[in-house]
Amino acid sequence: MNGRPELWPIIDISLRVALAALAISAAIGVPLGLWLGLKRFIGRRLIITLIYTGMAFPPVVIGLCVYVLLSRAGPLGRLALPGIPGLFTLDAMIVAQTLLALPLVAGLTMSAVLGLDPSLRQQLRALGASDRQIAWQLVREARGGIVLGLISGFGAAISEVGAAMLVGGNIAGRTRSLTTAIVLETSKGEFDMALALGAILLAIAFGVNALALRLQGKTLEA
Amino acid sequence: MPRLLGVIGLHKRYGAREVLRIDALDIDRGSMLALVGPSGAGKSTLLRVLCQLETPDAGELVFDTPGAARIRVAMCFQRPALLDRSVRDNVRVALAFHGRRDDARVDALLTALGLQSLARANARTLSVGEAQRVALARALALEPELLLLDEPTASLDPANIALIERVVANEQWRTGASVVWVTHNLGQARRITEALRGRVALLLDGAVAALSDTAAFFDAPADTRVAAFVRGDMVW
Repeated sequence: MNGRPELWPIIDISLRVALAALAISAAIGVPLGLWLGLKRFIGRRLIITLIYTGMAFPPVVIGLCVYVLLSRAGPLGRLALPGIPGLFTLDAMIVAQTLLALPLVAGLTMSAVLGLDPSLRQQLRALGASDRQIAWQLVREARGGIVLGLISGFGAAISEVGAAMLVGGNIAGRTRSLTTAIVLETSKGEFDMALALGAILLAIAFGVNALALRLQGKTLEA
Repeated sequence: MPRLLGVIGLHKRYGAREVLRIDALDIDRGSMLALVGPSGAGKSTLLRVLCQLETPDAGELVFDTPGAARIRVAMCFQRPALLDRSVRDNVRVALAFHGRRDDARVDALLTALGLQSLARANARTLSVGEAQRVALARALALEPELLLLDEPTASLDPANIALIERVVANEQWRTGASVVWVTHNLGQARRITEALRGRVALLLDGAVAALSDTAAFFDAPADTRVAAFVRGDMVW
């Protein structure tokens, strides 16, 4: 890597985009998953169906949708409002990757909460716990599933290529990520470089998963 | 004994089925009420309503406290759901819900309930009987004014049943708590009410069919249904 300084911005962009998408997905997806797991209301089944659909949505289709939305002729792009990212920017990539990661985080959080003893909530309330205290205890109890959701969300974000290519444009030094660089190097016949980028991507995924498992309080062998 | 709370005109339905219909029931401060009755009579539902985990369809709970303020209530369930943490932490968490930390009390309760050697064990690794004792410890830790026990000894051996009866009696004497104890064990209903000069109530079809002191309930039941229940003739 010392001999290839151009790799650093690529790694930096990949991590920044994927971590930002993960942070947004966690901020929305964990409470959403908790809500869906704990509450019964009209329309819940529809939301769950949408989330499950989102968990299996092809990244390139999400990229296409974001492209259409953000392009200058698109419904959001033509508004030209501050806060709405333009195409071929890191923010546009973050939007696309958030849409990929969010259903995974919300869906797996919901599954983890649904897997808890249904009586636990009532028994905590019977000890005088407030709604907020109960929610926190349930998050702690479901942490295995929630961490799995966060890992899956991060994995989906950092490893996808279709959406990043479409809305990011693979611009060197600005929106070129590890996955889009792999596609580019492969198309140029630079297989050594493509494999090296792939190895870096794998190493990042391994490192993040190992850290997440450690935070979860378990070892990799568990 | 002054009244802690009164149940007035309580009705609770699950769908078309009326599971509770109690015209009046007083629970006095520092009292012991054993609640007996066949399965499905509404005993657990009554405890959940008293714990305010369920809202009645009609009627009310009246608290005889200054300003009708809520009282400290803790309930212990027949099938305990414990947190995926150590036994000690499970009891600590109950205190933390109320902004309290009292490790000496936690350890004293674990010792009293024979759980000191399991204090560091994960609560999910316990037997049902051990888990029931942990659930009781976390409820007692709160020093509730009203302690609701739903068959807390259902999975215990005779020695541990006696232990729990003793611990609850000691805690009640120490804190002055009112206890409502649901049990299918008539021998237990007699013991706990005799020891603490409590009362026994028979719940049938969601209604209080009889309510009297221990001797009257077991030895001279005025109600034919109580007599049949005590004799074991009542098949439900």
